[in-house]
Amino acid sequence: MKYLAEYRDPALARALIARIKTTATRRWVLMEVCGGQTHTIVRQGIDELIGDQVEMIHGPGCPVCVTPLEQIDRALAVAARPEVIFTSFGDMLRVPGSHTDLLQVRARGGDVRVVYSPLDAVDLARRHPEREVVFFAVGFETTAPANAMAVWRAHQLGLTNFSVLVSHVTVPPAMTAILDSPDNRVQGFLAAGHVCTVMGWTEYEPLAVRYRVPIVVTGFEPVDILEGIAMAVAQLEAGRHEVENQYVRAVRREGNRPAQALIAQVFEIVDRQWRGVGTIPASGLGLRPAFAAFDAVARFGLGDVRAVEPAACRAGDVLVGRLKPHECPAFGRECTPEHPLGAPMVSSEGACAAYHNYGRTRLPAAHPA
Amino acid sequence: MSDAPALAGGLVCPVPLGSGGHVLLGHGSGGKLSAALLRERFLPRFGNPALAALGDAAVLENPGGRLVVSTDTFVVSPLEFPGGNIGTLAVHGTLNDLAMMGATPFALAAGFVLEEGLPFDLLDRVLDSMAAAARATGVPIVTGDTKVVERGKADGMFVNTTGLGVQHDDFRPAPDQARPGDAVIVSGPIGRHGMAVMAVREGLRFETTITSDTACLVPLTDALRAACGGGVRVLRDPTRGGVASVLNEIAQTSGVGIVLDEGALPVPDAVAAACAVLGLDPLYVANEGILVAVVAPEHADAALHTLRRHPLGSEAARIGTVAGGPRGLVQMRTAIGGRRIVDQLPGDQLPRIC
Repeated sequence: MKYLAEYRDPALARALIARIKTTATRRWVLMEVCGGQTHTIVRQGIDELIGDQVEMIHGPGCPVCVTPLEQIDRALAVAARPEVIFTSFGDMLRVPGSHTDLLQVRARGGDVRVVYSPLDAVDLARRHPEREVVFFAVGFETTAPANAMAVWRAHQLGLTNFSVLVSHVTVPPAMTAILDSPDNRVQGFLAAGHVCTVMGWTEYEPLAVRYRVPIVVTGFEPVDILEGIAMAVAQLEAGRHEVENQYVRAVRREGNRPAQALIAQVFEIVDRQWRGVGTIPASGLGLRPAFAAFDAVARFGLGDVRAVEPAACRAGDVLVGRLKPHECPAFGRECTPEHPLGAPMVSSEGACAAYHNYGRTRLPAAHPA
Repeated sequence: MSDAPALAGGLVCPVPLGSGGHVLLGHGSGGKLSAALLRERFLPRFGNPALAALGDAAVLENPGGRLVVSTDTFVVSPLEFPGGNIGTLAVHGTLNDLAMMGATPFALAAGFVLEEGLPFDLLDRVLDSMAAAARATGVPIVTGDTKVVERGKADGMFVNTTGLGVQHDDFRPAPDQARPGDAVIVSGPIGRHGMAVMAVREGLRFETTITSDTACLVPLTDALRAACGGGVRVLRDPTRGGVASVLNEIAQTSGVGIVLDEGALPVPDAVAAACAVLGLDPLYVANEGILVAVVAPEHADAALHTLRRHPLGSEAARIGTVAGGPRGLVQMRTAIGGRRIVDQLPGDQLPRIC
């Protein structure tokens, strides 16, 4: 199949693994930023195949995982209200709040619906003028244009029964926070291909220069990931630190200008709390004052909701690469996909779920190749 | 059917039940409307001597041998999807459950919960499909029941089917019979039914319409019995939870490990693309017309050739091998040479954000 099969080609993958192994003269530490990339790596066993030459640290790019607990609690509070149709992307449904999750709220009578596009939520609001439709607008820059479009569309339609619970985050401030951390081990990044589809990579150029780290914009299929790793390793070996683009079939340097304009029109840059990490300055998107009427926090008086994260969950350490998921004392014991303590064990993009579901710790020892 | 005695006096329905009507609460009253529903829609389609007797229960001759019984309830939404509807599923699903036990089915019973307001046109299409599916396999629907519930209390209609079959001494596959060295075979491409239903339910459109694989597997199990007999150790139809869940159950019940070869998995391009878009894994997507067979090594080639000779099994593939251990664990060699575990899911797969 065009654009899929060739990026899963075993012969190409083997050639790239060989190239990484012959290029690397020492062990390098790379971070893949996006949770989708983490899943490909663990699902395909890429980390095991290149483990002697390259250590992969799994980055914070899972929107479900970094959505702060109190924002989840706000979602749960509003979803339980009888007048509300609460709409969300599917993988937010099992994320645990302080006391419950959206699936439980639905089982107790809450009208919680999975949508594939935020515009579907706008359509629901149009068709149900007697109900309040709330959309849980989470995600990185990838989902921001569609979510901005939903707010813009609701504004155009003059809808008064549509609102969004915004928890948008952006990638470059998180990478800066990781690089500024005193115990940072990351020597190079695979940047998130789909984020760059929207934003391009000009934001990453100053980071590469300032911190002297190679940054390779990378796709999500096994061959993409391996090629991104090979490009980053080649830079490290040559002492270069540039932004390069592996994901050429989807990403241009300037990104998607109309999408960026739409984001800028609806959202403004705000400080944002990241689950397990804390507040990162200027790391999120919030509604501009002109669209404040669509803010679910104000509409439903959710500003006072506060939450305390469970002490046993070390999600913050996992999300910035200080801890591998299975090194967390709660992993596989108190914390499992059935009873997750933190979001990384729930989301299909979470590093803890990837390690657990693909059984990294339960695999028998590999036979020497 | 148990509603049938109302027919005994040859009553004439006062309300014409032409096309375009809807199921009313009165159709479940046991009165004249019930009788007419039965006479005009169910009996003509399912007609057979046992049903025609219209007793409170069907009386059947005992065909001899060990009886195998299976029951299943079908609650699919939407009721119709590319490749089938709830009726085809209800007949195929129960026949397949019997076939997976090595049994030859000989009778079906069907129970219907109809929601007030269900269009007769839709009901007729479902009943037509059930009748055709049953006729194709030569297994009559010998008894049944209908109930009507208020609007909002059922998702259009629910169907329960119960099947009766006979098991033969030379062919008794069971989930605990997998042994190290056995071949793991699937009879066809995986993931079609689940993705066909999801595409309709969510209004997703792809270049190729994915059709459900819903089919009766009895011809395949008959052929396997003739070709390999006791060499077929385990048969399962990977419905809910997909191939991955069934293999985990086999590994646990038989106390063996299973090693899959990702490159050998027959995943249709359209299913792979739809799964990639939604962030789903085809190994966990439901199927309604394929079987997983664990076959003794010396019978593996014969089983594969036998399946491939049949239209339903033309894309059969050997996808893995049973290993001595680790017990209960399903592993996969990934296409690029890595390894991972194929675990059971905690619940449904949830589509991802981006």
